[in-house]
Amino acid sequence: MLDVQMLTKRFGDKTAVENVSFNIDRSMMIGVIGRSGAGKSTLLRALNCLSDVTSGSITFEGQEITGLKGAARRNWQSRCAMIFQQFNLVPRMDVVSNVLHGTLNRRSTLATMFNLYPDSDIHKAIEILDRLGIAEQAEKRAEALSGGQQQRVAIARALMQDPQIILADEPIASLDPMNAQIVMQALRRIHEEDGRMVIANLHTLDTARRYCDRVIGMRDGRVVFDGTPEQLTTGAARDIYGAGADFSEAATSTEIETLDRSQTYAAETYA
Amino acid sequence: MTDAALTGATPSQITQIQESYLVQVRRRRMYGGLTLGIFVLLMVSGFVVADNRNAGGFWAGWHQIFDFPADVLSEAWEKRANLPALMVDFFPALLETINIAAASTLIGAMMGLVLALLSTRGLAKWPRLIPVFRRIMDIMRAVPEIVIALVLIFILGGGPVPAMIAIAFHTAGALGKLYSEVAENADLKAVEGLSSTGATWSQRMWLGVLPQVAPNFLSYTLLRFEINIRASAILGFVGAGGIGAELRNAMSWGPGRFDEAAAIFILLFGTIVFFDQLSSRYRTKMIKGQ
Repeated sequence: MLDVQMLTKRFGDKTAVENVSFNIDRSMMIGVIGRSGAGKSTLLRALNCLSDVTSGSITFEGQEITGLKGAARRNWQSRCAMIFQQFNLVPRMDVVSNVLHGTLNRRSTLATMFNLYPDSDIHKAIEILDRLGIAEQAEKRAEALSGGQQQRVAIARALMQDPQIILADEPIASLDPMNAQIVMQALRRIHEEDGRMVIANLHTLDTARRYCDRVIGMRDGRVVFDGTPEQLTTGAARDIYGAGADFSEAATSTEIETLDRSQTYAAETYA
Repeated sequence: MTDAALTGATPSQITQIQESYLVQVRRRRMYGGLTLGIFVLLMVSGFVVADNRNAGGFWAGWHQIFDFPADVLSEAWEKRANLPALMVDFFPALLETINIAAASTLIGAMMGLVLALLSTRGLAKWPRLIPVFRRIMDIMRAVPEIVIALVLIFILGGGPVPAMIAIAFHTAGALGKLYSEVAENADLKAVEGLSSTGATWSQRMWLGVLPQVAPNFLSYTLLRFEINIRASAILGFVGAGGIGAELRNAMSWGPGRFDEAAAIFILLFGTIVFFDQLSSRYRTKMIKGQ
């Protein structure tokens, strides 16, 4: 389905992503991990065509994505929705309008300027909000919602695009553990129920382990790990993060249960 | 814990939410349509009224709009050999115009700075006098430069000084308002820190506020400089000297000296483009961090 070959992105003389290659043959949930600055966000932004790549190729179902221009590029963007760490909603507009922004690629500029969305789209937007458990907030302004609710509005906008791929760039990094869990569960459910591919940048190992079918580890712009969560041992994680022997997963965890489990992790670490 | 629940509302509640949102959307669309209708109506009726009261009439005259530029261009093209020499001749006048703009921007900016700090909430030396300083700036902005220039030229005689004063007066009011809006967002913690050391008001402003707001202030000042070049060229029309005076002479002479007019237009255009490019380069540099 999605095939990335020798993808490289440079900013000036700094290489953010270097010769990244991987192939995803069926819809699954993929976690990309690595410390900040490892090139995770750059990779996702390249997949969404938010920024151009320096060299390499991305193909989805046989279609070349890199180098797309104009309408073809916007059409691709509508097929692979993006979710951001800071939600990136329009704060002064109401929740339903923000969700309806997911249809912008299909509607004319003039119609959207005058808020002329079809009734069926409005019904669908509210149904999606209900699926994510925030239908009651429909008429509120986006800025009035809590972080976890805003991220769910962002997911609703992504679903409104009816995309084949959902790219999530650190979707839970700005959320407290409770909301982080809700958002991750929502993403997992979307993958399982709709069969959409989800690629999420995560900065905690246990989240990647718990929700993802495949984990890609990046370090300094290169892929240094690519495998199942089971293969992601503490040793492999140390390699990804370039950490020493004092590295402990519990220290970075956002899971509530970790507090109880930290003993086991500590035992593993010192074993 | 409603936040945590992923289970949604019941189907009937959803229909209710959908209905109430649709009602809201329809109302919004109706208001939007009405506003658009009123806007179009006012524009059309206003145009008809204005056109009726016009001496010439829009429909009879609009195709003649390009006659004057065509005359100027054709004559300038015939005498194009003169243009470089004329441009050299008029260069001192251009310098005078730029000088007027530069001096008035500098003086206006200094006055504006003081007025802005005195009329910003949280920074003002006399908080009760904030409305007074605000009204002073309003008046400075409200009086057009050309009116002040005409009065001053009547009193002081023609020349660059009245134009400089007139533009500086307007600039102080305009920049004062922009500066004050920037200063309002300045972080007051630094000012508090300085006052804890026993600093005077001027020291607090100079050392605590200015370093924070300097890039924005400079950017607004450069923008104002561009505007003032245009303003000082216009004031030349009413006797303030500089390239505007030369342009008026050339244009009111009618056919025969249109090559001079063209040379001046080229000079003015070049100058404005030059300073526009220069200042926009520095402004982006300052806003995007040194």
